[in-house]
Amino acid sequence: MNAETKPKLALYWAASCGGCEIAVLAIDERILEVAGAFDVVFWPCVMDGKVADIEAMEDGSIAVCLFNGGIRTSEQEYMARLLRAKAKVLVAFGACAQDGSIPGLANLLDRDTIFRQNYVESPSVDNPESTLPTATTTVAEGELHLPAFYDTLRTLAQTVDVDYFLPGCPPEADRIWDALSAILAGDLPPAGSVIGARTTVCEECPRTRHEKKVKEFKRTWQVIPDAETCLLEQGLVCCGIATRAGCGARCPSVNSPCIGCYGANDGVQDFGARMMTALASIIDSNDPREVQRIIATGIPDPVGTFYRFSLANSFLRRSRRPVAAGAAAGAATRGED
Amino acid sequence: MGTITIDPVTRLEGHATIDIFLDDAGSVQNAYLQVPELRGFESFCVGRPAEDMPNLTSRICGVCPEAHHMAATKALDALFGVDPPPTAKKLRELFYSIFFVTDHTTHFYALGGPDFVMGPDAPPAKRNILGVIEKVGMEVAGRVLNMRKVGHGLIQAIGGRRVHPNWGLPGGVSKGIDEKLRQEIELRGEEAIEFARFSLGLFDDIVLGNERYVELVKSEGYTHRTYDMGTVDAHDKVNFYDGQIRVVGPSGKQLCKYEPADYRDHIAEHVESWSYLKFPYLRAVGWRGFVDGAESGVYKATPLSRLNASAGMATPRAQVEYERLYETLGGRPVHSTLATHWARLVELLYAAERWVELARDPEITGKDWRKLPTATPREGVGSVEAPRGTLTHHYRTDERGILTHVNLIVGTTNNNAPINLSIKKAAQAVIEKGRPVTEPLLNMVEMAFRAYDPCFACATHSLPGRMPLVVNLRSPDGAILSTLSRQ
Repeated sequence: MNAETKPKLALYWAASCGGCEIAVLAIDERILEVAGAFDVVFWPCVMDGKVADIEAMEDGSIAVCLFNGGIRTSEQEYMARLLRAKAKVLVAFGACAQDGSIPGLANLLDRDTIFRQNYVESPSVDNPESTLPTATTTVAEGELHLPAFYDTLRTLAQTVDVDYFLPGCPPEADRIWDALSAILAGDLPPAGSVIGARTTVCEECPRTRHEKKVKEFKRTWQVIPDAETCLLEQGLVCCGIATRAGCGARCPSVNSPCIGCYGANDGVQDFGARMMTALASIIDSNDPREVQRIIATGIPDPVGTFYRFSLANSFLRRSRRPVAAGAAAGAATRGED
Repeated sequence: MGTITIDPVTRLEGHATIDIFLDDAGSVQNAYLQVPELRGFESFCVGRPAEDMPNLTSRICGVCPEAHHMAATKALDALFGVDPPPTAKKLRELFYSIFFVTDHTTHFYALGGPDFVMGPDAPPAKRNILGVIEKVGMEVAGRVLNMRKVGHGLIQAIGGRRVHPNWGLPGGVSKGIDEKLRQEIELRGEEAIEFARFSLGLFDDIVLGNERYVELVKSEGYTHRTYDMGTVDAHDKVNFYDGQIRVVGPSGKQLCKYEPADYRDHIAEHVESWSYLKFPYLRAVGWRGFVDGAESGVYKATPLSRLNASAGMATPRAQVEYERLYETLGGRPVHSTLATHWARLVELLYAAERWVELARDPEITGKDWRKLPTATPREGVGSVEAPRGTLTHHYRTDERGILTHVNLIVGTTNNNAPINLSIKKAAQAVIEKGRPVTEPLLNMVEMAFRAYDPCFACATHSLPGRMPLVVNLRSPDGAILSTLSRQ
């Protein structure tokens, strides 16, 4: 097949860390098969390309676009809309595009607070004039411009229609390959689906499980877990119980609890709510005050623990009003009272 | 004409923008590198449990997550007042050495290296990893891809995942290695040493064997006499994982040597309204604006800076290469920005040698890889050398270990002011009145900042060296005379 007849593939990043790009490269030599099967028309991380060329294309002329990162700026929103129009199939690639991921925790604050803390209050900053970045700066030689930022980070699907979701922070190389193979074979699930497993991390975790009864939750620095038993049974807040499978339970394989980067399993709308339900059912107490104590001691930051990767895509989405950073954790949960 | 309409190319691809202003005579008056994004990790990490920081901050950068993971883990040691057992420290340094080999390989062959391997005049379509493969051959390309694959594979085997490992804890790591994995690591490390030596040989053939390149490296347009920073061990040798921070002046004389925990006594950050990225400088010298010299607090933290700020390398083969670099370029310190690529290869060899040393250490397969903290957490600073400069994490918590304060000075940020200096100087050297500004000239300006391997993912989210670049040439009234992008 030549470039004329091959389906066109585009990859783009928005508010993300670059790990998704590295994850695509981590399919190693199979990247050559991708290059053979697709005409890669746009991938700013790896090849030179111009947005103008994409703008000039007819709508729907790109077969597949893999889009990673959340939407934080007008520029990112423009690119999301542009690539939505040009792509037949738009895939929210990775946890940031799907759920906002860790940059979405910034929704606990607002832009002004972040600016003040970063540029004025930080202990290493020497800024007696309280200079802040501004849209337009006049320097001796002329004017300089910076883009402005939204107060709230949004997911891709909160911005444009999304056809498929590929979870993970980042998606594992083998799952990326599975998805690309399915696209190549035309063997795709119904639009709107997550391309991936329909079980939880627990199902692929080699640790031994028993009936779970927990009297106390422990922080990771407080305990050396044994290498064989379920981490949750040992009192560690392992998110595997609510998290979609697909990673091969890699974190539990090195004695670390699952942190939930693959997001919610099928049929679950709010990852944090699912986690809280799951944990509530294993607390070994019927005394409300004792339950309260167990949670407050072992899980001192519920929003950061249960919405680590999904705050921007949760029922909470963001804190309702600007809050002092120190009170952020509690205030965010109150935000939607 | 004060208002500039940002065209789609600038607006959409301009994750970093360079503005070059010309005076009435058509000569370069000034140049600015703008970084247009901030994500606010220092703010939204407040309120989180401290032990989450290795996992949270690795998401600052998916290219060098290991650096943030490690700086955060060391900050937790300090915060919880716990000294990890020897096996834990050695495992961390082993993991970190493997990461350095992988990262420096990526930069030399895929990001910065193409400038040299292909030559600055090569068309942009050839100045990439594919052009390099074409020139050096598939056999070499195979070795490069294999080195990256091996490195990432071992990072996963030790730390859980290829990208974003989940392994560091206050007082140690979550899991050790067994004898079978150790043997594999040792074997691969020996290959890494060979690979590093081969890469230095390639640099000899292509760059040092070409008089024009050597001239370019030594030319005034790519020279900045600034302070240099790097982490050193007890013998002032380069160390990536641990040590004191040493700063030397433009003449090579030591300005200060301090514990990472005292960074605020030595480093301050300047803010400009035209960039989201702050400008660190040496407090003792002061901020004098975008100028170099002993009177200016601007410093560099790059592979070359680490060599300049040290008395040598702690492994034998790397030490030989260290000496050869300074003999060739006229003694320490060297202020030629482009020599940073060479220094990176010397570090590649050191990291590979250190990898093998640690893989052969009898304690490396020990079972004592964690010590539980007992003290009440309060405050801690952790520091490592990231590939792109000294990386500092500083946390304060309440008595439960919930973060009340987070301050981060990341690798590339150290070099924000020097990159601006380098771009201005390179622009002044290559852009002349009355001569058209061409693609090769643009590339000469780009080369000035690519030597730093700038990872704006650490401040924003673009990949190192591959960030889409737009250069606007402006007249004194601010009007855009012409816009050049990377293609």
